[in-house]
Amino acid sequence: MIEVKHLNKSFDGKQVLYDISATFRHGAVNQIIGKSGSGKTVLMKSIIGLFKAESGEVLYDGRNLLDMSKREIKLLRREVGMLFQGSALFDSMSVIENVMYPLQMFSDMSKIDVEKRAKFCLERVNLQTHAYHLMPGEISGGMQKRVAIARAISLNPKYLFCDEPNSGLDPVTSLVIDKLIEDITQEFNITTIINTHDMNSIMETGANIILINKGHKGWEGSKEGIFTDDNQALNDFVFASELYKKVKLASQK
Amino acid sequence: MLGLDTVGRYVELMKRTFSKPDNWKMFWRQLPKEMEKLGIDSIGIIVLISIFMGAIMTMQTVLNTENPLLPRYSTGLVLRDTMLLEFASSIMSLLLAGKVGSNIASEIGSMRITEQIDALEIMGVNSANYLILPKVIGLVLCMPLLVTFSVFCGLIGGTGVAYFTDLIPVADFIYGIQYAFIPYYFTYSIIKSLFFGFIIASISAFYGYYAYGGALNVGRASTNAVVNSSIVILLMNIVLTQLLLV
Repeated sequence: MIEVKHLNKSFDGKQVLYDISATFRHGAVNQIIGKSGSGKTVLMKSIIGLFKAESGEVLYDGRNLLDMSKREIKLLRREVGMLFQGSALFDSMSVIENVMYPLQMFSDMSKIDVEKRAKFCLERVNLQTHAYHLMPGEISGGMQKRVAIARAISLNPKYLFCDEPNSGLDPVTSLVIDKLIEDITQEFNITTIINTHDMNSIMETGANIILINKGHKGWEGSKEGIFTDDNQALNDFVFASELYKKVKLASQK
Repeated sequence: MLGLDTVGRYVELMKRTFSKPDNWKMFWRQLPKEMEKLGIDSIGIIVLISIFMGAIMTMQTVLNTENPLLPRYSTGLVLRDTMLLEFASSIMSLLLAGKVGSNIASEIGSMRITEQIDALEIMGVNSANYLILPKVIGLVLCMPLLVTFSVFCGLIGGTGVAYFTDLIPVADFIYGIQYAFIPYYFTYSIIKSLFFGFIIASISAFYGYYAYGGALNVGRASTNAVVNSSIVILLMNIVLTQLLLV
């Protein structure tokens, strides 16, 4: 479980996050949602520690990130996997080398075991074997996301962060990626935090949702409450689309 | 203040770079790759430029020193000492700042803007150490080799002019190359090149590492890397000459 308490973050004197408190549940897909520029990526990067928050607490199963030494943060990060918006695969390495990299770096496994584990992870994300030795630039965006997920889970992380996992993907591939993240979360019993503004993704996997609105926590709930809650910030976000306005009207009839 | 801030960030980055690697095996695997990419792959251009510069310098020296008081072998002597003292180390380093420096800055800069460096950090890898240290050590180790190639190729270029033209007899030219040779000049050239190799790799990596935004800024980082490493090489050249030669 990850808990955030009274988190504040600013850049060059400009406040971006205001007193955010939230709980991200263990073994569930937690979502940070909000409009572009609302501060959700800053929140996620502050939770991971890529940005240092000015005040507050980020508790990883009770361990406060903001009180940790550099060495402790480094050790904590070996329990973390992350899927970046643009996949962030190392373009000088092949697909399988990308997945093997964290294992070679941080495990004592033999070369054969490293390769076995990498193949297991790639099979788990349903990547075809012919793609294993291709370079990241030679595979599609959806395949790149799969490889990035495989790399993220290769070291058996306790916490998985996904920054807009569906960006640049078609709706069908997006659903596949969402389902994959949900399955992996339950299968490996990890705490997953997804940063998204994709309504399909929210309705598919949002077990625990936090809405960020202009740097403040605007709402907290689950996908069941998305259409029924009267929260203004939530309604502004969800019903910006005509489609969802119609969905709400239909559900009221 | 901006300059001081930049120097501070550079020192901070170097502190992170020159720390113990997270995994020595990965470092030793990376080092020869970087040596090949930054050093060995530069031999071709070094050879080409040095041969032509040696040839041109020989022709210019002969044509501009037509004085009966000057011995004919002085052309070989002038070329040898010019290659050893300045060309092979300083001018070649300026050329390498363009070729290798822009390569390092754009490679690391691209990794920065595509979040590959963030991905390394998230894994708990010291990204500065993993990415920059093999490049710095790789280039520094290759510099003596490149300098040696440059000196010999420059002399071959000059000998070629003596052989294929009637500007200067080959025997006089060869005698000039051997005349009053001071071995310390070679040591001086190697020492300078080690410093310059460090400057090129570290400053270029610095600009790449702190690139931000998009492709335009990677290009800007690459330009800054070449310009600033060239300036520092020129300044350092004066300091080193003062310390080692004067």
